[in-house]
Amino acid sequence: MVMDPVRRLGRISLSFLRRAGGMSLFLGEALICAFSSQPKYSQVVKQIYFIGFQSTFVIFLTGAFAGMVLGLQGYYTLNRFGSNALLGPMVALSLIKELGPVLSALMVTGRAGSAMTAEIGIMRITEQIDAIKLMGLNPFRYLVVPKFLAGILALPLLTAIFDVVGIFGGYLIGVKLLGIGEGTYFGEMSNHVSLQDIIQGIYKSLSFGAMIPWVCCYKGYYVGYGAEGVSRATTQAVVLSSVLILFWDYILTSALF
Amino acid sequence: MIQMENLYKSFENLEVLKGVSLRVEQGEILALIGGSGHGKTVILKHVAGLMKPDRGRVCVDGKDVYGLRGDDLERLRSRLGFLFQSGALFSSLNVFDNVAFPLREKTPLSAREIREKVLDVLEQVGLRGAEEKYPAQISGGMIKRTALARALVRNPEIMLFDEPTTGLDPVIAHTILDLIKSVHKDLGFTGIIVSHELSRVFQIVQKVAMLHDGVILFVGKPEEIMASRDPVVRQFVTEALRIPPSAMGIVDQEEKPRGEG
Repeated sequence: MVMDPVRRLGRISLSFLRRAGGMSLFLGEALICAFSSQPKYSQVVKQIYFIGFQSTFVIFLTGAFAGMVLGLQGYYTLNRFGSNALLGPMVALSLIKELGPVLSALMVTGRAGSAMTAEIGIMRITEQIDAIKLMGLNPFRYLVVPKFLAGILALPLLTAIFDVVGIFGGYLIGVKLLGIGEGTYFGEMSNHVSLQDIIQGIYKSLSFGAMIPWVCCYKGYYVGYGAEGVSRATTQAVVLSSVLILFWDYILTSALF
Repeated sequence: MIQMENLYKSFENLEVLKGVSLRVEQGEILALIGGSGHGKTVILKHVAGLMKPDRGRVCVDGKDVYGLRGDDLERLRSRLGFLFQSGALFSSLNVFDNVAFPLREKTPLSAREIREKVLDVLEQVGLRGAEEKYPAQISGGMIKRTALARALVRNPEIMLFDEPTTGLDPVIAHTILDLIKSVHKDLGFTGIIVSHELSRVFQIVQKVAMLHDGVILFVGKPEEIMASRDPVVRQFVTEALRIPPSAMGIVDQEEKPRGEG
């Protein structure tokens, strides 16, 4: 009776360690496969189209609204301190260093990550992955590595689109609606935003680009049984990816500042 | 040659295999029979290296399947064809591309040679004209025939068939078994067939093994199983072949003619 909470804690800890170990081994196998064999370029291109190109519209929309909200909120906040002129750098730095990489990654998780888990999960439960193995082929090369490469290539580009569209969303509100000078908006931005800031944003989006396929492919590859298993794995993949993105964002922000 | 030695396998608390030992000689086809859910597919997956036994080992040509890694395992699997019960076709590829997939990935054949070979094997399984259809657009029987075509297209040395005729109409089922027989005659592959259609399967196999409750109850020639003294084997075979019990020498006590014993 007294030992029950201890036992439960032990069970939870062991289960956590088992999953973390499983995910680490999965990542290791994907990396070994990525470096030891030539990737399937046709699959990489297909995945770039799916993860990257087909996410452009949603990235455009979220980038525009994020920039507009930042412009509006930033204007009224800065106005209290008489610092309206700094709206441009505020919008740009918020987007480039933080919101651009994080919101792009969350959007890609919802749109493409869930689809990755469902696709691989269905292939698993219908024995298609076993069929690939039995042809003497490595399923990681066909299913996992192309998604990793596509994620790493596509996410920084999507983030760049998000940032640019967001900056113009802020411009629309700050300059066209609230009357800040155009020269002030962009001039202060170029004074305060450094290359280092942009590089930090790229580091973040690169790591998120690897993290989303990692979590989503893992959840699909080790899916449970039947349609319910696929549905559960898809939900878990989206939740875990989103939490990890925010967690890793904090770690990187602390490390990079 | 395929050799299983004392295989044990459990799933959570359910013990499926309880010490299975079997041997399939080079060029021989073995029919693995038994009730549903007794572990026949599990045995096939152990031979293919898709499952790891809790105890025991599976050797193919003297090499322990679980001792093989990397290129060695890939080489073994390249020699192996597996017909899944569900077909396991790639849902994003059409019938032609499904069958062509292993040739494109594992052979140096040109596109023209691949096309000829694929069309030839599709002709054999009666699927000419269905090349452009996707798995979602074809019937269960056609899925199974496409899967068979994909398994046979690389001329495997070892073939594992998991219920190749289940769900097919009698004519197609007969054609499929004839095809397996003729391909075996041409290639001489070593094979295991899991099937419930004993009467047809017994015509193409050299050996039969019956799995019951995780153990092998009988191994021998098809004609020998009819003479088995084991009541479980006799009952299964009688019912599967729909043989009157009297023809197997099974006579109920109550039906014994008066005056005997």
